[in-house]
Amino acid sequence: MKTAADMTEDLVIGGHRFRSRLIVGTGKYPDPDVMRRAIDASGAQMVTVAIGRVDLDRRGPGNILDQLDWRRYTILPNTAGAYSARDAIRIAHLTRAAELGDLIKLEVIGDQNTLLPDVVELLRATEELAKDGFTVLPYTNDDPVMAKRLVEAGAAAVMPLASPIGSGMGVVNPLNIQFIREAVDVPVIVDAGVGTASDAAVAMELGVDGILMNSGIALARDPVTMAQAMRLAVEAGRLAFAAGRMAERRYAATSSPGAGLGTRVTAGAG
Amino acid sequence: MKLVLNGKEREVPDRISAGGLLEVLGLKPEAVVVERNEQVIPRSRLAEVALAPGDQVEIIQAIAGG
Repeated sequence: MKTAADMTEDLVIGGHRFRSRLIVGTGKYPDPDVMRRAIDASGAQMVTVAIGRVDLDRRGPGNILDQLDWRRYTILPNTAGAYSARDAIRIAHLTRAAELGDLIKLEVIGDQNTLLPDVVELLRATEELAKDGFTVLPYTNDDPVMAKRLVEAGAAAVMPLASPIGSGMGVVNPLNIQFIREAVDVPVIVDAGVGTASDAAVAMELGVDGILMNSGIALARDPVTMAQAMRLAVEAGRLAFAAGRMAERRYAATSSPGAGLGTRVTAGAG
Repeated sequence: MKLVLNGKEREVPDRISAGGLLEVLGLKPEAVVVERNEQVIPRSRLAEVALAPGDQVEIIQAIAGG
């Protein structure tokens, strides 16, 4: 059995080692300066980016890669915009050509309203990209059977959603997240749906290895402060898990045995 | 010659290379990736690949995302 010390050591994904168990996105921030400060406050060491067309008509705020000091972070490109394995594989090859590293957050979306993954296409893309030498981190649903299949197909980690992307609803199916934790040996990173600090702590208390979030920080009224809260929540949740929580029980058990002056009436329903 | 650049038809110099096109557009090769007819052009080959009329060219970069 692991000790508390083991459980608070580094997060290792593929060949990459991280002290921080919080991974953050770069999307939806009000401006690049807030983004930079929030990412800094989060303590994250891995940061996601998407891939998209250069705006040739209007020179906007410029390439996202210019706005962060990438010597400090590991880049995790995503395949956002992919609705098929073919699209996702094509995007992954673009990230390789852009020399963004071997990691890929594989998103293959099946439905535009829920942004839930199309797991059939996801599995296909995972297998092909893993064979092609990518370190694949698939964004998946909360199905432990699918998680196992993704690992068999070569995924380096699995990333089940807490709730839909951008919904901020927190962990809606803690039972299944726990099943996933028990089903696979690779890192489990809860990705999508974390809305506030307690959501992140709840996920970590289930025993997962890390959390990936974007909207939870970027859409907060004060993203920099929320990033700090999320950092603490991920650490607190991991420590609580490592500490081994007390058992839940239905009825009370006094915290002060032996207290009182001998006039205590026996409690309980009899 | 006419080709389709990021989804829009554009007029570009005849027989221009992918590398030449980036120069004309004021884009640094290190900041972008070029796809020609759904094939990625490796950065080292940008100057060698000549574009042809009707080509579907995508110029892509890393952008904000989660």
